[in-house]
Amino acid sequence: MKPSHSHRFRLVLSLWALTIFTPRITFAQEYSIYDNIEQLEARIRQAGDATVVINFWATWCKPCVEELPCFDELKAQYPDHEIEVLLVSLDFKSQLEKKFVPFLRAQNIKSEVVLLADMDVNTWMPLIYEAWDGAIPATVVLKGDKRDFSLGKFDSLEELDAFIQPFLVDANTLLKPVTCGGK
Amino acid sequence: MACYLKHAVYSKTVTPLILLIMKSLNLTTIILLAITAFCFQNWSSQSSYIVGDKAEDFSLMNVDGKFVSLSKYKGSNGLLVIFTCNHCPYAQIYEQRIIDLHKTYAPLGVPVMAINPNSPLVVPEDSYEEMQKRAKLKKYPFAYLFDEEQTVMPQFGATRTPHVFLLDSNLVVRYIGAIDDNPETPSAARNRWVESAVNAMMAGQFPSPDFTRAVGCIVRKKPK
Repeated sequence: MKPSHSHRFRLVLSLWALTIFTPRITFAQEYSIYDNIEQLEARIRQAGDATVVINFWATWCKPCVEELPCFDELKAQYPDHEIEVLLVSLDFKSQLEKKFVPFLRAQNIKSEVVLLADMDVNTWMPLIYEAWDGAIPATVVLKGDKRDFSLGKFDSLEELDAFIQPFLVDANTLLKPVTCGGK
Repeated sequence: MACYLKHAVYSKTVTPLILLIMKSLNLTTIILLAITAFCFQNWSSQSSYIVGDKAEDFSLMNVDGKFVSLSKYKGSNGLLVIFTCNHCPYAQIYEQRIIDLHKTYAPLGVPVMAINPNSPLVVPEDSYEEMQKRAKLKKYPFAYLFDEEQTVMPQFGATRTPHVFLLDSNLVVRYIGAIDDNPETPSAARNRWVESAVNAMMAGQFPSPDFTRAVGCIVRKKPK
């Protein structure tokens, strides 16, 4: 049967709609690439008086990937607080298109994502936290000059909350039960 | 040294305990108990080696089914104790470099001793059987030991894979850290820290730097 004009029109319209709208959905996840640690430090300063939670992760790091949902839920857990969540990936820049971007798309991460491509790890790492020697996942919480560090994976939002609480003024939050997955 | 690393995380579980004890004990005891509780939970405990410490003896199972002890290496010119594993992509990209380090320095009396510190209960790819397979496949020329009880890893304060500890002929720690500063492209490394450290040690000097940081996979502890 020969398709009618209206059918054809609808087909063309839906194809047009697909090309226009699909990329917007697929590319919803934005990220920044910082080639040097100064850019991350500038971003931290930009947060002003807000509490900043920085999670260092990578797509190849299983425990990191397991705990990502916890960090992604974090901002929503403290609606009354000025809190900024930065997910700083230590993936290789050369794997950007092959691994990093597909991962972000698949996970549909809501938080701010940064790819930190500063290769001089030995220099920048102690600027983040002196006692950190390189294992990930690692998390830093800071507010002004106050800073704390946690090595390893958070198993639940409650654990993460306990780490962040001292950096929140008058924290009185009701946490939704969210587990970070995995063991 | 690093017992504060995770204290914040545990404060919630420890607090009720403290409140309970508070009823019957004085303040000093409470503080001491609290510190013990914090540090007990932490795995990069105070016993972590720093440069200058003498490594305690241990004995672990090699992939060939035989136990290998640290004391066996006393009298060699030194030893590269490298915590590494099967599953970690960073351990994998450094694997050939670890093999090459052994090939270069074993003939000079400074061999590599590789130790897998991960619990296969969490990472099945790091089981003893998988270690045997990998060692065979990649023709490891060095001992590849299994820290099954996870007792050696905290002694050294190994937090990640790969994590290198260079010991001298008296089993004193001379260097702790990374192999080099370019995980992706070995030939483009500006600093080959382990090579420099071994060379310095063999020349009777103190390695500089003697401590470096690098990205790596966190050691996976067995579930509590």
